[in-house]
Amino acid sequence: MVTNNENSITVSASTENLALIRAFVAEQAINNGLAAKTIDEIRLAVDEAFTNIIKHAYNFDSNKKVSLKTGMENATFWISICDEGKPYDPGTYTEPNIADRIKEGKRGGVGVFLIKKLMDKVEYRSFGHKNEIKLIKNL
Amino acid sequence: MSSFIVNHIQKDGYDILELKGELDAHTASHLEDALKLILDTDRNRIIVNCTSLEYIASAGLGVFMAYIEDVRALGGDIKLTNMTPRVYNVFDLLGFPTLYDILDDVSNAIEQFSSHQ
Repeated sequence: MVTNNENSITVSASTENLALIRAFVAEQAINNGLAAKTIDEIRLAVDEAFTNIIKHAYNFDSNKKVSLKTGMENATFWISICDEGKPYDPGTYTEPNIADRIKEGKRGGVGVFLIKKLMDKVEYRSFGHKNEIKLIKNL
Repeated sequence: MSSFIVNHIQKDGYDILELKGELDAHTASHLEDALKLILDTDRNRIIVNCTSLEYIASAGLGVFMAYIEDVRALGGDIKLTNMTPRVYNVFDLLGFPTLYDILDDVSNAIEQFSSHQ
């Protein structure tokens, strides 16, 4: 399922939609005149956030929905991603030691680390049944 | 939907995986299947040619994270080659250049394997 408005889109929480939401945010970023490198960073951050929602908020239930909205404000480009699954507690985050994870044969666990590196500000909010992650890039 | 293809070539005792397209959480299993197929036949000198890899997310990086130690324990390696700057930047963000052999091209990777035999 896809609902696409000018600056927002709602899709099923499926990895099948990763390419679609990457294309959506890239198009929004291009329309707002962002540089190619910045667009690459935003696409990857949104991919990682969407993947985490599929895995952790919805536990791979593709009947659930994820909404994305983008905007420009005070020399920033922002992407708001909303779900209605299990909330993420940013207080539990610790920076991963990549070398140790590799030694232990562990994959992943680096999505939030990448998001933090790629974006200038990341905000988490839960209200009612909704969770929002807002990714903010300074321009 | 993300488009991703793995082309597997065996050459002079090496297994070369040519990646094409977008490697994300939807397509990472294709790469994992290709790696498992090589390791199941007790082969461990693997070169991953990234010439046509247009995009990588952490799910793709995770496949390399999961298998590198096993391959090295067997005396082999997974060497990565021909990355575009866009793809290299993602590896670089996670500090992979100090943890993996990332080389200009496949012939460099073969030289590296040969010199460590």
